[in-house]
Amino acid sequence: MLTNLISGDRPRSLILTGLLLAILLGLALAPFLFPGVRSLETAARICIFIVLVASYDLLLGYSGIVSFAHTMFFGLGAYGVALASTHMGRGYDALIVGTVLGAVASALLALLIGLFSLRVRAIFFAMITLAVASAVAVLVSQLSGLTGGEDGLNYSIPRELTPAFKLGSLFGVSITGKLLNYYLVFFASLALFLLLLRIVNSPFGRVLQAIRENDFRAEAIGYRVVFYRTLATCLSAAVAALAGSLFAIWLRYVGPDTTLSFEIMLDILLMVVIGGMGTMYGAVIGATIFVLAQNYLQNLMGVASGATEGLPLVPQLLDPDRWLLWLGVLFILSVYFFPTGIVGRLRSED
Amino acid sequence: MTTAAPDHAPKYAQLSLPDRIGKAMPLLLVPLLVVFGFLSIGSPSSWLTLTVSGLAMGMMIFIMASGLTLVFGLMDVINFGHGAFISVGAYVGISVLLALENWTGVPSLLLNVAAVLAAVIAAMCVTGALGWGFERVIVRPVYGAHLKQILVTVGGLIVIEQMIHVLWGPDEIYLTRPEMLKGAVTFAGAAIEKYRLLAVVFGLALFVAMRLVLKRTKIGLIVRAGVQNGEMVEALGYRLRLVFIGVFIAGSALAGLGGVMWGLYQEVITAGMGEEMMILVFIVVIIGGLGSVEGAFIGALLVGLLQNYVAFLEPKLALISNIALMTAILMWRPQGMMPVVKAK
Repeated sequence: MLTNLISGDRPRSLILTGLLLAILLGLALAPFLFPGVRSLETAARICIFIVLVASYDLLLGYSGIVSFAHTMFFGLGAYGVALASTHMGRGYDALIVGTVLGAVASALLALLIGLFSLRVRAIFFAMITLAVASAVAVLVSQLSGLTGGEDGLNYSIPRELTPAFKLGSLFGVSITGKLLNYYLVFFASLALFLLLLRIVNSPFGRVLQAIRENDFRAEAIGYRVVFYRTLATCLSAAVAALAGSLFAIWLRYVGPDTTLSFEIMLDILLMVVIGGMGTMYGAVIGATIFVLAQNYLQNLMGVASGATEGLPLVPQLLDPDRWLLWLGVLFILSVYFFPTGIVGRLRSED
Repeated sequence: MTTAAPDHAPKYAQLSLPDRIGKAMPLLLVPLLVVFGFLSIGSPSSWLTLTVSGLAMGMMIFIMASGLTLVFGLMDVINFGHGAFISVGAYVGISVLLALENWTGVPSLLLNVAAVLAAVIAAMCVTGALGWGFERVIVRPVYGAHLKQILVTVGGLIVIEQMIHVLWGPDEIYLTRPEMLKGAVTFAGAAIEKYRLLAVVFGLALFVAMRLVLKRTKIGLIVRAGVQNGEMVEALGYRLRLVFIGVFIAGSALAGLGGVMWGLYQEVITAGMGEEMMILVFIVVIIGGLGSVEGAFIGALLVGLLQNYVAFLEPKLALISNIALMTAILMWRPQGMMPVVKAK
């Protein structure tokens, strides 16, 4: 039963199993284990980023395709919910319509980009996605009449999902709509993650891995490489859009900085690489560690920057705004010395 | 009567006219676009202004793109960090210009040109050296693995960009051009900025020089041969790695030069400008055909001209005009306009 649920893809390492179980339990019981607004925000962010990163891993780790447009699909899903909620009024129908439309639009756009670039050379894909994603980001911030521009959109979601909706309290934690919203995010993320796990362990996933290892040979055996690569792109785009919709439902706000920026793309890349490319569990580990670090380490950097006030250059290097600098360094180092990521390391030890 | 020749005896025949036009089509695209611009804009004076600024922009993009496309052709290395050299070049060059304020502030052509030259040389030296370091530290360990190359060079781009923030501060820097490069000349009723004319002339000269080096010198011969069939060149005893490092350094220096020129053109520089230009550079390299210098030149002119025309005719569309151009060209020629034929 359990093996079926995870599609027979066991963690294959004792420590890894422990870690994964801890993360699962921690997220499932987050509102009760770590009460407080900030920790609930962090937990929801972790759930959503696990799905987002796992869908990216389907591309990068399993198919060997580098895409820079993943935040674009994420943003499409988020803006889908936002626009539907703005124009159709608050209601579950708006959320559903926005989510579905966002996912379909993402898959279609991915199909279009894939047809143009994957046909010739996989390397085109990286460059073209970068160009298209930046054009879309500029477009979203320019078309302020539709998208709210740089300010983004605020909208209301059904009352049952907002903090204003109160149900009483359980174990000293008051049950509000925010909590229900969190569990919506949690279970949807869990379902999407299990779906992705199912996909990569299906015959389709095996073909993707074969293509990653040697596309020429896969073609010779009789698999149409372009078809498989394009389908993987579309699937990954659709799941990313669904993650974006969850993010929009959770935040009740979308803006270019929170959904479309290149910085988020970089975060995703880093999460995949740190966790381990080519395994879905890597996404879980990577996203959890990274989001926790992002939320709590930046404060530490501020303290360190203040403590080294008198020294030349060091305070600037440790400034919390230079967070990205250290991410970049970490990124390069992990690609060189740690290419299999945490999951790969743990598995090779047993 | 029988002949020794088989039935399918080869004949000498000239290419038919449509075939020849098809072959020359990429070259014809730029004049076609200019004519199209003339017809749709209507007013000759604004057309002239737009054309000159489009050409200027195209030349600058070409300067930035040429290194990238050669590096790819030669060693199959795709450098996403190329944009960082543009930013660094701009910051170094502009810092030199700001330091030489008493040379740039006076209306003396000699001093102005000397200041700009100093800025350009400083920028090219720094970005060339940076390119050398980048090749050694970032690119070399992942040589041959595309996926890792992309990831690592993106990491390099971020680190260099953030180091600019650390060294020069997070704010953008505004500047004014040297005295003699300010203002415009009027020609046939059209106001043409002096700096744009200079950029066109300079870019054209650079393109011609690059072509001469590639076509007429021995090192150019080795580079071109290396692009077509690197293994063969190595088998003949040339150390292609050295050539490659040379091309990488030259390409980085050119990106720095492009950065200075772009900074003077925009009169403002930001650490993110390299990343923004990188998008245009990628589009140019893709539509030109990866590895082809001529293709990149034509692609750059097309992008520059189209962007200026569309911005005048339909400002909202300017944002996506480049993507549309890329899509159209890839539909026509999926490998880009002038793909490098690999002998393999």
